Amino acid sequence: MTQTLDEISAILLYAAMGGYAIAFIAFTFDLARRSAVRTAVESGAERIAAARSGASARGGVGTLERPVAPARDREGVSLRVAVVLTVLSWLLHLGATVLRGVAGARVPWANMYEFAMTGTLLIMAVFLGLLLRRDLRFIGAGITGLVVLMLGVATVGFRVDVVPLPAALQSYWLVIHVLVAILGTAFFTIGFALSVVQLLQARREHDPASRLRLPASVPSAGVLENAAYRVVIVGFVFWTFTLIAGAIWAEAAWGRYWGWDTKEVWTFIIWVVFAGYIHARATRGWRGSRSAWLAIVGFSAVLFNFGIVNVFFKGLHAYSGL
Amino acid sequence: MSRSSELARPADHYDSDGGDAPVGPRLGPVGWLRFGWRQLTSMRTALLLLLLLAIAAVPGSLVPQRSSDPNGVAQYRVDHPDLFPIVDGLQGFDVYTSVWFSSIYLLLFVSLIGCVLPRTAHHWRAMRSRPPRTPARLARMEEHTERETAGTVAEVLERAEGALRRRRYRVQRYGDSLSAERGYLRETGNLVFHGSLVGILVAVAVGGSLGYSGQKIVVEGEPFVNYVAGYDSFTRGRLVGDASLDPYRLTLDSLDVVYERDNPNAIGQALDFTASVTLRQPGEDDSTAAQIKVNEPLRIDGTDVYLLGNGYAPRITVRSPEGEVVFSGAVPFLPQDGNLFSTGVVKVPDGLPEQLGMVGLFYPTPVTLESGALASSFPDLTDPLLSFNVYTGDLGLDEGVPVSVYTLDTEELTQIAGRGTDVDSVDLAAGDTAELPDGLGTITLDGVSRYASFEIHSDPARLWVLVFAVLVLAGLLTSLFIPRRRLWVKAAQVDGAVRVELAGLARGDDPGLVGAVGELAEDVTGVRSAATT
Ligand code: HEM
Repeated sequence: MTQTLDEISAILLYAAMGGYAIAFIAFTFDLARRSAVRTAVESGAERIAAARSGASARGGVGTLERPVAPARDREGVSLRVAVVLTVLSWLLHLGATVLRGVAGARVPWANMYEFAMTGTLLIMAVFLGLLLRRDLRFIGAGITGLVVLMLGVATVGFRVDVVPLPAALQSYWLVIHVLVAILGTAFFTIGFALSVVQLLQARREHDPASRLRLPASVPSAGVLENAAYRVVIVGFVFWTFTLIAGAIWAEAAWGRYWGWDTKEVWTFIIWVVFAGYIHARATRGWRGSRSAWLAIVGFSAVLFNFGIVNVFFKGLHAYSGL
Repeated sequence: MSRSSELARPADHYDSDGGDAPVGPRLGPVGWLRFGWRQLTSMRTALLLLLLLAIAAVPGSLVPQRSSDPNGVAQYRVDHPDLFPIVDGLQGFDVYTSVWFSSIYLLLFVSLIGCVLPRTAHHWRAMRSRPPRTPARLARMEEHTERETAGTVAEVLERAEGALRRRRYRVQRYGDSLSAERGYLRETGNLVFHGSLVGILVAVAVGGSLGYSGQKIVVEGEPFVNYVAGYDSFTRGRLVGDASLDPYRLTLDSLDVVYERDNPNAIGQALDFTASVTLRQPGEDDSTAAQIKVNEPLRIDGTDVYLLGNGYAPRITVRSPEGEVVFSGAVPFLPQDGNLFSTGVVKVPDGLPEQLGMVGLFYPTPVTLESGALASSFPDLTDPLLSFNVYTGDLGLDEGVPVSVYTLDTEELTQIAGRGTDVDSVDLAAGDTAELPDGLGTITLDGVSRYASFEIHSDPARLWVLVFAVLVLAGLLTSLFIPRRRLWVKAAQVDGAVRVELAGLARGDDPGLVGAVGELAEDVTGVRSAATT
């Protein structure tokens, strides 16, 4: 029974990956198309906008230039196809994850394969959830691409059979601590994607001659920065909770709340980097691109913590299942 | 108007007036001190130190640490004999207590205190002062709008004041205008957050000097008494004396382990450990029974007992040729693999014609591999087998040098039985008695007990660390998600109508500012507009 359920789960996951991959192509196609359209009609409107912002920089003190609503370029079929496909794939992904949990009769995040599965599920959930409130489809290509990559690595490199929980993991803290960590990661991922676009956009804004093209509906670097910040601070709160919950669990399991175990070290490093990011946002000379780089460094540390520390570093948290 | 006049911020905070070019110090030592202090408590320094702290924490995850992985350090010495002294010289095996790591975080906390104290004083005053005067030119604010409405100036302002108060703004009237502010909790939260970080640091330090921890291996049926010499290994804080321990007695009645037997992918995986113990407090006649599990320590008045490991302890009796018992006891063996193949050492220094040392290999469920070698195929006991290589000679126990009970230095000894000699190893099933070679006597395997490896911990400041950690989280939530903003309303009579000017200014991240000004405008004019945001 366990085996069968797990096999069905794997098949659903492959289907979801296929769906995400096609969605990725559609998102990318859409980006390419709209960027191309934009180059063709690089219009008077843009020149006027540039002149305007130049004027306000000279004239206005203390006021903020309100972001001009970007010209809404015509929405293509590919974009809608991409979103619909992403939602459908997500449902398959959800099914795969739930079945895996049922197969193991426990939460589906007890080894790296399952972390990756639930983690990408939540990245997608946060992305789709945010889509309801804001048009973030311009990071769709980045997010679906990243998720396909992660799932690919997980199914090839981390896949393990369903085994019961080792005694050390039989605790309700597994449910809370790990789930919140994964949630934090999901928000950091969206923040990362927004920060990358922010950097591209900033480069384009600084250098009008730049050959970098982005669709006109992509907001300005400043708007992207604020959006990234809002997502990252949610992730940061979850991460802070993860750190505290982890310490409480460590106290119950190992008799000390903090022991500088490698996994603890990296969780701490990530926390400090993002605290740095939040500070940078409040420090003159560090807002903008520099702080965006910190969000990217922080996310890289999250990936490192998951992909490298789990597998190659020795420590008490040795349950990658590999 | 000075935008930062009510929030004390380091000069290089983005929302502050201070010029960002560092002002050179005035001559004189006081000037230099002040300059240095300003630098240390600036946002830039805090950021730099934070990033430095993150980087400095990395090496400790690459190199084994004495605190968490002493065996790893020993192994590192063997693997990298050349590198070892260099890394050790840089305190690379004690990163988190090293001079360089400590100086970074101590500087950071000095900076933090230097930053937070003046802000706390400032905030205290700001909370009890009135919202500042309405600025002359509202149009210059971040968010600004104008409406016209019927009525009188007094009515309009009254409506606005009511609306603002309902939304929990603090409101002050200045002539024909209102000045309102909300979100003081944002700053409070920020101060609680940073202050609680200091609290954590202090609580951890206090706990470190008042706490202790130790490990003890206890075989089923045997007791453990909580006193310093009763431990296999023991570390304590500076303020812990020999008499500080509560000398209770803990007897391990049994250790029960449940193994997976069905799932073909996980045969032999341990699913559950239960240590049943009897606890007797000093000076009390009654004892209480209790259980200890992984993740469920036994908490005894501030000291906690954790179940961290387990293994087998064969019960062995060695008799001299005359039949006298020269050794008897349960000997803990160290597990070597998941199926609890274990090794251990028996030393018999007295009572036999020669000193006797034996290296034992223990197979809980023995199988013979294709190669002919023995192995264990399951961690539970199924016809267990104990196999000894036997040595004679000077065991080196009389030289006063402490020797580990888990190792036997065979270099100076003569092997008289087991692999590498003509004589077969001494193999015993439970209950068996065998002759030792050379007529040295007999050895009996009376049975096999389990042992538990307990970790006993005391940290009196633990609760404080938790309290401050919760405050950190609470402070973080309020400071990140409660918007702080100012709103202004100015009303003026123009030809039978009232012209209302509304403006808003966010202090820090505030996605809701635009909406707040829009809503207030609707409340004041009574006109609902569709989708004003
Ligand atoms: C252990 C070191 C520190 C950590 C982990 C840390 C972390 C944080 C975090 C997470 C925030 C955002 C949440 C909040 O506003 O409460 C923050 C904000 C802030 N921190 Fe720190 N901080 C540290 C040290 C400092 C120091 C030394 C200073 C002073 C130089 C400082 C000044 C500030 C200020 C002014 C803000 C408000 C930023 C804003 O206006 O958005 N912090 N800090």
